[in-house]
Amino acid sequence: MTYFPEEVVEHIFSFLPSHSDRNTVSLVCKVWFPKLRVLTVKGKPHFADFNLVPPDWGGYAAPWIEAAARGCVGLEELRMKRMVVSDEGLELLARSFPRFKALVLISCEGFSTEGLADIASHCKFLRELDLQENDVEDRGPRWLSCFPDSCTSLVSLNFACIKGEVDSASLERLVAKSPNLRSLRLNRAVSVDTLSKILMHTPNLEDLGTGNLTDEFQTESYLRLTNALEKCKMLKSLSGFWDASPVCVPFIYPLCHQLTGLNLSYTPTLDYSDLTRMISRCVKLQRLWVLDCISDKGLQVVASSCKDLQELRVFPSDFYVAGYSAVTEEGLVAISSGCPKLSSLLYFCHQMTNDALITIAKNCPNFIRFRLCILEPRKPDAMTNQPLDEGFGAIVRECKGLRRLSISGLLTDKVFMYIGKYAKHLEMLSIAFAGDSDDGMMHVLNGCKNLRKLEIRDSPFGDGALLGNVAKYETMRSLWMSSCNVTLKGCEILASKMPMLNVEIMNELDGSSEMEENPGDFSKVEKLYVYRTTAGARGDAPNFVKIL
Amino acid sequence: MEIDAENLSATELRLGLPGTSSSDDSSRPKKPSPSGVGVKRALDDTKSEASGTGSAAADDEDTATPAKAQVVGWPPVRAYRKNTFQAAAAKKAEQQSGGLYVKVSMDGAPYLRKVDLRMYKGYRELREALDALFTKSFSAAETSQYAIAYEDKDGDLMLVGDVPWDMFISSCKKLRIMKGSEAR
Repeated sequence: MTYFPEEVVEHIFSFLPSHSDRNTVSLVCKVWFPKLRVLTVKGKPHFADFNLVPPDWGGYAAPWIEAAARGCVGLEELRMKRMVVSDEGLELLARSFPRFKALVLISCEGFSTEGLADIASHCKFLRELDLQENDVEDRGPRWLSCFPDSCTSLVSLNFACIKGEVDSASLERLVAKSPNLRSLRLNRAVSVDTLSKILMHTPNLEDLGTGNLTDEFQTESYLRLTNALEKCKMLKSLSGFWDASPVCVPFIYPLCHQLTGLNLSYTPTLDYSDLTRMISRCVKLQRLWVLDCISDKGLQVVASSCKDLQELRVFPSDFYVAGYSAVTEEGLVAISSGCPKLSSLLYFCHQMTNDALITIAKNCPNFIRFRLCILEPRKPDAMTNQPLDEGFGAIVRECKGLRRLSISGLLTDKVFMYIGKYAKHLEMLSIAFAGDSDDGMMHVLNGCKNLRKLEIRDSPFGDGALLGNVAKYETMRSLWMSSCNVTLKGCEILASKMPMLNVEIMNELDGSSEMEENPGDFSKVEKLYVYRTTAGARGDAPNFVKIL
Repeated sequence: MEIDAENLSATELRLGLPGTSSSDDSSRPKKPSPSGVGVKRALDDTKSEASGTGSAAADDEDTATPAKAQVVGWPPVRAYRKNTFQAAAAKKAEQQSGGLYVKVSMDGAPYLRKVDLRMYKGYRELREALDALFTKSFSAAETSQYAIAYEDKDGDLMLVGDVPWDMFISSCKKLRIMKGSEAR
């Protein structure tokens, strides 16, 4: 586009209606890049969350930080997800952008608390340091003391995922000099007493992640905590509850009526009765994350108390394949009938029925995100032993705004026929242990006009499906297939037909040399990841990744 | 997908610690029974006869009733979440002062023993220690035919080996070695 004057280019871009499109354009437009303020980068495929992507696959942050340091020193915000970030990268980041304000890292790894020390030390105008579920190496509590006295701009600080000790005095000093603090999420090492002291300085706090709330503390400590919490009139969202003892529950009561968000999903120490005592008081709740120890009975209490509920996540407390779960379809049916505003769901359970899903679909037609995980792969309808095709079919038929769907249980090609036919706004679909033949995947590729991400594992889709609609992949962000029936030959054909795609294959066992010896082999590909590219194959792929 | 007969043994419900195998399998039941075999199993009563819709279902009878089978990346829970839970269980165990002595009873033995669970890093070491403790009580041929069970905080009799080690030592109150015939 260098043959157009800048004003013309900008005029064209002004027609782009959405922020995200304009942001994307700014990354590839040489004229706009230097003015970049906010950069959001996502690295590894989603299934990397579940250990399906081998380590060292890629997703390194360093090249991005280096390029930004060279080309757009006005950078103010960096958000990264599933990337490998190093301490050197964080140091470069801290030193390169004088106006840097916000760092958000989600599910990243590769860095330590020393890297955070650099961020704290050098980012004079830091407003947001948000570390969500990262794997951070603990090199001591020094980092928290590195914020200079002049730094008073903090609005959001989340260090819940830091594993080690923190220095309470430093933490209190930091909070005391941050009058704009709205969101504070502490880690497991912070005691009740420290929390109480901190809360005396944060009358405007809206979101709090507690430290540990064990039964080691005396009643007086908890009384002080309640007093401190009562001062936070703006507090709407609560999380943390590390190692929380049932003892702490009544001390949270004064807050409950004002809460719109509650995350108890890291607290296996609270049982059904503790949870319901708390949640039944949270009448304004919109977002609830819990463990399945809440049980169906507990979900009925949620359904009758939380009429404004929009988002529910029920996580498993037992991580084994056929593990026990106290929640079944009954809990979800109760929720759907009590909470008609429900639009976002993540639900782990040990059984489901078609009838339940049909009822749920009728009760809650507003689902935007519907993710159901039945713990045992390929488990049929618990009452009729039939596949769950009809149930999920009802979901996609009734929920016309559905954008994200994860399916599980016993499913045939029929469910994909329904998905292709009805899920017209679907953007992301996750499939595991489902389907009978290539037809299943074809229904999805041909029918889901807005599909952006498709991830499939352990399903019998092969080359026929992979190659059945190759043009589709250019309209999608990515395709992941693992433990399916695609072969090396099929992937090679895809790569040769679609030069604008990177076709990455990963075979765990000594992949590359074997594959070169037998080109065109019909050996199955263990893992396949396909995505669009404007720059050809990436240069940082490890040995076990072959890019066709 | 073919059924790999060799891999079926990985999904059998056998009354021994994971990682151990007995030379004589013929006396053991080949098919797992969901309702348990004298010990509490936290499995629901799954109907393993899936309706025959497609080749995928044919595998179900073998994979649908696993004894705590490990499928990579399933259930789809972030590693961070899993690690956090395991760290919590470990920390709890650490904080408990002194040793973690539990009684060990062996069916038919006249007196009980005591072991300190903190002395072992995992199930294999525990099993070896119990072997050594009770070696005079039974012959070598019988060693492979006992099951190790434990009583948990709720008083239920559980099979040893299902949960991560750290979780086990924080919930184990008593150990019980059950002889082959009773264990079935």
